Amino acid sequence: MTTEQTPEHAPEQTPAPSTSPSPAPSTSQDAPARPLVHLARVNKHFGSLHVLRDIDLDVAKGEVVVVIGPSGSGKSTLCRAINRLETIDDGVIELDGKPLPAEGKELARLRSDVGMVFQSFNLFAHRSILENVTLGPIKVRKVKPKEAKEQAMALLERVGVASQADKMPAQLSGGQQQRVAIARALAMRPKVILFDEPTSALDPEMVNEVLDVMVALAKEGMTMIVVTHEMGFARKAADRVVFMSDGQIVEQADPESFFTNPQSGRARDFLGKILTH
Amino acid sequence: MSLFEQIGFLFTSYDIPAAFWVNIQLSFWAAIGALVIGTVLGLMRVSPVPSLRWLGTSYVTLLRNTPLTVIMLFLVLGVWGQLKIELAPDFNTNFFLFAIVGLAIYHAAFVCEAVRSGINTVPLGQAEAARAIGLSFLPAARLVLLPQAVRGAVAPLGNVLIALIKNSTVAAAASVATETSSVMKTMIEFNGNMTVLIFMIFALGYVILVVPIGLLTTWGSRRLAVSR
Ligand SMILES: Nc1ncnc2c1ncn2[C@@H]1O[C@H](COP(=O)(O)OP(=O)(O)OP(=O)(O)O)[C@@H](O)[C@H]1O
Ligand SMILES: [Mg+2]
Repeated sequence: MTTEQTPEHAPEQTPAPSTSPSPAPSTSQDAPARPLVHLARVNKHFGSLHVLRDIDLDVAKGEVVVVIGPSGSGKSTLCRAINRLETIDDGVIELDGKPLPAEGKELARLRSDVGMVFQSFNLFAHRSILENVTLGPIKVRKVKPKEAKEQAMALLERVGVASQADKMPAQLSGGQQQRVAIARALAMRPKVILFDEPTSALDPEMVNEVLDVMVALAKEGMTMIVVTHEMGFARKAADRVVFMSDGQIVEQADPESFFTNPQSGRARDFLGKILTH
Repeated sequence: MSLFEQIGFLFTSYDIPAAFWVNIQLSFWAAIGALVIGTVLGLMRVSPVPSLRWLGTSYVTLLRNTPLTVIMLFLVLGVWGQLKIELAPDFNTNFFLFAIVGLAIYHAAFVCEAVRSGINTVPLGQAEAARAIGLSFLPAARLVLLPQAVRGAVAPLGNVLIALIKNSTVAAAASVATETSSVMKTMIEFNGNMTVLIFMIFALGYVILVVPIGLLTTWGSRRLAVSR
């Protein structure tokens, strides 16, 4: 059961982005807080395939949103559009009140504020575990190597792989690699982290070690958008479940209501299929 | 004359090692130029900027499909002869430099393809992860893509280098008269009875130059393997 239901919980524990010139997002009680991630009428085609249809989605600071839906419904595309690994045809995507820049330096800066954890980990294969985590801080944030190393070791400690720091990615298990990937994302002190099916490439016995790290992150107030079919994670950590089908957001609700009482036929269908497994 | 005496005669009458040294120097500088230009072109071809991609593709299509002799003649007759662009005041140095330029810009097109095929061996996820932590194109290429691309590019780069060394004889078209094929022609002109022997001396010389490169690239691509 979630202990905190409000989207605005525990923002003070989120690591403050050190280099962002933007004013701190307002969290005053009278005005509704500006969403950290804002999507409005987002559309995307792959050729004739309409993969995102009029997507509207707001994610508040500190909120954990789980995106769920059948294969091919556009979940990955949605995730990738938020840090512009995928371009969109029309609509608006804003991060912290600013629209996504098109290309170049500005886009790179935006991406450094949006963490991404991939299904296939994508650790830099030619760099050690420690270097995987320090590369971004040193090269993008211009943190001093010594300081970056200390921070990286602390993060690796936190995700439980500090003892592997000097190994190469290929020497680690999938679960360990994914935890390193989470540490790599955290090292940038992102405003939000996107997870695209972070546990679906893992052997079953390694799923929980990764989910535990993610649940801890959620409890600490990190803003997270997580594509996953792990209902246990959704129940434990999510503030909201967003159900996608055929490129549309069909319904969204808190995890308990969504899993026990889905409103749409498509969601009932889908839940019926994954629950029988 | 016995065969032994003939060889002795040829090596004392002509400075054959010096001729090879000219080709080695041409090849060395041209290889560096081709590597630099070709890498830049390879990056242009995978860059997110459409006009740069177009420029890279056009360069490769144009230079790769033009015979090297034509490029050399164009540089000497067109760029130097008609446009009066001079690379060095000294006549011989000037032609030597033009030959290096011709070899470099021609082989750069092939280096570009080798670099690109190397980059294509790096899984897409590596570039995406690099972009996701906020590296822009050039830092991502330098820190993540190219180090992993080298492995896949070494063997094709070795082939380009081998071709370049052999093609350095085309410098004759740029009036570099001291290089091997020009010296060989002179030798044959004056010693027609030893033609076969002369050919064999030069062929062997190139084999000795080129074979180690093949061995080196095979060793290199094994050494540089990145485990996934
Ligand atoms: N680069 C691409 N080019 C063409 N079509 C694509 C591309 N990427 C995705 N698609 C298509 O777009 C649709 C949505 O894909 P997406 O990966 O977003 O779905 P998903 O919900 O993440 O599915 P899954 O659960 O299988 O990961 C699919 O039909 C897919 O085949
Ligand atoms: Mg997907």
